[in-house]
Amino acid sequence: MNLLEISDLAASVANQPILRGIDLNIGAGEVHAIMGPNGSGKSTLANVIAGREDYQIDRGRIALEGQEITTLSPEERAHRGLFLAFQYPIEIPGVSNMEFLKAAVDSHAQANGNPEITAVDFMQMARNAAEQLGLNPEFLKRGVNEGFSGGEKKRNEILQMLMLKPKVSILDETDSGLDIDALRVVANGISTFANTTNAVVLVTHYQRLLDHIEPDFVHVIANGSIVRSGDRSLALELEEKGYSWLEKD
Amino acid sequence: MAGTDNNSLDGFVGRDYAAGFVTDIEADTLPPGLDEDVVRFISARKDEPEWLTQWRLDAYHGWLEMVQPDWGQVQFPAIDYQSISYYSAPSGDQPKTLDDVDPELLATYEKLGIPLHEQAALAGVADTQQRPPVAVDAVFDSVSIGTTFKETLREAGVIFCSFAEAVHDHPDLVRKYLGSVVPRGDNFFAALNSAVFSDGSFVYVPENTRCPMELSTYFRINERNTGQFERTLIIAERGAYVSYLEGCTAPMRDENQLHAAVVELVALDDAEIKYSTVQNWYPGDEEGRGGIYNFVTKRGACRGDRSKISWTQVETGSAITWKYPSVVLRGDDSVGEFYSVALTNNHQQADTGTKMVHLGKNTRSTIISKGISAGLSSNAYRGLVRMNPGAEKARNYTQCDSLLIGEKCAAHTFPYIESRRPDGIVEHEATTSRVSDDQLFLCRQRGIDPEKAVAMIVNGFCKDVFRELPMEFAVEAGKLLEVSLEGAVG
Ligand SMILES: Nc1ncnc2c1ncn2[C@@H]1O[C@H](COP(=O)(O)OP(=O)(O)OP(=O)(O)O)[C@@H](O)[C@H]1O
Ligand SMILES: [Mg+2]
Repeated sequence: MNLLEISDLAASVANQPILRGIDLNIGAGEVHAIMGPNGSGKSTLANVIAGREDYQIDRGRIALEGQEITTLSPEERAHRGLFLAFQYPIEIPGVSNMEFLKAAVDSHAQANGNPEITAVDFMQMARNAAEQLGLNPEFLKRGVNEGFSGGEKKRNEILQMLMLKPKVSILDETDSGLDIDALRVVANGISTFANTTNAVVLVTHYQRLLDHIEPDFVHVIANGSIVRSGDRSLALELEEKGYSWLEKD
Repeated sequence: MAGTDNNSLDGFVGRDYAAGFVTDIEADTLPPGLDEDVVRFISARKDEPEWLTQWRLDAYHGWLEMVQPDWGQVQFPAIDYQSISYYSAPSGDQPKTLDDVDPELLATYEKLGIPLHEQAALAGVADTQQRPPVAVDAVFDSVSIGTTFKETLREAGVIFCSFAEAVHDHPDLVRKYLGSVVPRGDNFFAALNSAVFSDGSFVYVPENTRCPMELSTYFRINERNTGQFERTLIIAERGAYVSYLEGCTAPMRDENQLHAAVVELVALDDAEIKYSTVQNWYPGDEEGRGGIYNFVTKRGACRGDRSKISWTQVETGSAITWKYPSVVLRGDDSVGEFYSVALTNNHQQADTGTKMVHLGKNTRSTIISKGISAGLSSNAYRGLVRMNPGAEKARNYTQCDSLLIGEKCAAHTFPYIESRRPDGIVEHEATTSRVSDDQLFLCRQRGIDPEKAVAMIVNGFCKDVFRELPMEFAVEAGKLLEVSLEGAVG
């Protein structure tokens, strides 16, 4: 059974069709890369999967572990193991990272009928995750993304992923804005997290991330459809030739 | 829409007002109406000395000449002052000690989470979060029904009692300070209060004394069609320190009820008074029916050099809140502070802020105001910073932030600055922000439900003010915000 199954998904925003029939199957233990020109619909796809309400689903379905989630609220999808690392992480002033993470982790435990994690265990877990990503533990006390640099915000997204341990993680351009060392640290964090029971979807423009995390599949989205799927060699080909040769097809 | 549920920020559902129950108790309530006889009745009922009766009557005659002010950013139908009852007290003899208090009343306060038995208060300390005990004066409709920890306080030399008791037991202090900060004729509502005030709290902290515990007064309106007009007077002698908290609730009623209190604070040399309010009067229902009109005059006088007065308020209740806790900085190097969170939801209206009047040298004031508007509500900050000619090197810092939830609410800011000192420094910062869909989606994607998310975002916004509250009340304030915001996303 696939972890995530998307069939014939079409969606629009403000009555403007953006996704025009996407089919995508993601199995446990797989890493997928989604590439494509600016404005082709990659972030839209990620947001629609996560249940963002500004988008209208015109047709198709989304299933997580065999269960349809197309009409579930964003938080229900999250509780079932869907995670989205945002392309542009937003600030929540005055709400500490720690407080935010605790509320997120608790909500998952509660929804899934698991016991609440103790404050001590939680602190330990958060410190470990921060350390793994090269974030000073002081970051946990600061407001969510408040005054964070671009790279710090991206690392903070991955920190949240490590804390929530999702089944399917969609990472929307987590590599953009990271310096070379940070990219290595973040890529390591993602690789260590990925295992045979979960799946990772990397939305990216650059081969350099894929040098660190080798994808099993690469998909190219253009104008709201997947125009080509292949193995990792497709990414290398794109790096060399750009997208124009695909769009002519 | 991707989901079937529509959690748009504009939706509303009913909100829970947990303190909305009525206590079924016999009460002696004066029939509606106001004239000289009513003023005399209240004074006689309290067995007051002649000077005070006269003081009230003068206030009453002054009030007759005044008109209700209309400059607030609030709208309400004309109040018929003859339809209000000006006195209501639980029947029977006044209780002498807490043991004499009607069990029904004690149960009311228990239900509100305010233990009036010292044993209970102490037991609460032992097994919960090791909070220090708080001395409580409980005012039910027009009278104080009991004050806890009086003995402990007396040993420290601190007087904490109902206003009525103070009139009898400490008449000189009352006479010296009553009306010395808020004169009888200060404004329409202060004049009305001065004529008909029923009870309230009195605090006196002697020289070089640090009050050994937090003091707190809990106001409860129970009777229908009554107004509540309490009077609080706090005096901190040289080098004294006191932290005082007031809380307020009322049952849910369809009609509006008037609450017009006066609070006077006096700080002498090196004294400090910290006054915190958690105001949760019944706000009315989601259609805007009922709720308390909270028209209160609060003013502190920093009379002594190096004295300090801090107002911290969390205003979540009332149909209309109209109040400006102020500080008159007369002593050199004195400090005034105002930290405010005012939250309005549904049809609530708030016009609140502060006045900082700088008279002495090197006086400093800080104003941090956080206004949160949700639903169809309107929330205004109105603040005055005045620097008089003698206020050499006075400084003020004002920060005034508004947070909007949804598209149908309003926020206004009216900062007035009157500086007659070229060397005075006045800094003013203001921001308006919105709980954005992006923030909400981030929280929801991480599993946090929308109501919790909004409460968390609002709490974060208020952090600078909550920091100023005594610890145990900061937690309560956070929870209160959460309840008050119920239905702001729906
Ligand atoms: N909320 C919105 N309102 C209007 N247009 C939108 C909205 N969201 C997305 N779009 C439009 O949909 C198209 C796809 O946007 P999307 O963000 O999915 O692209 P992308 O592939 O992620 O691009 P990039 O590589 O630049 O991140 C764009 O033309 C964009 O302007
Ligand atoms: Mg994008």
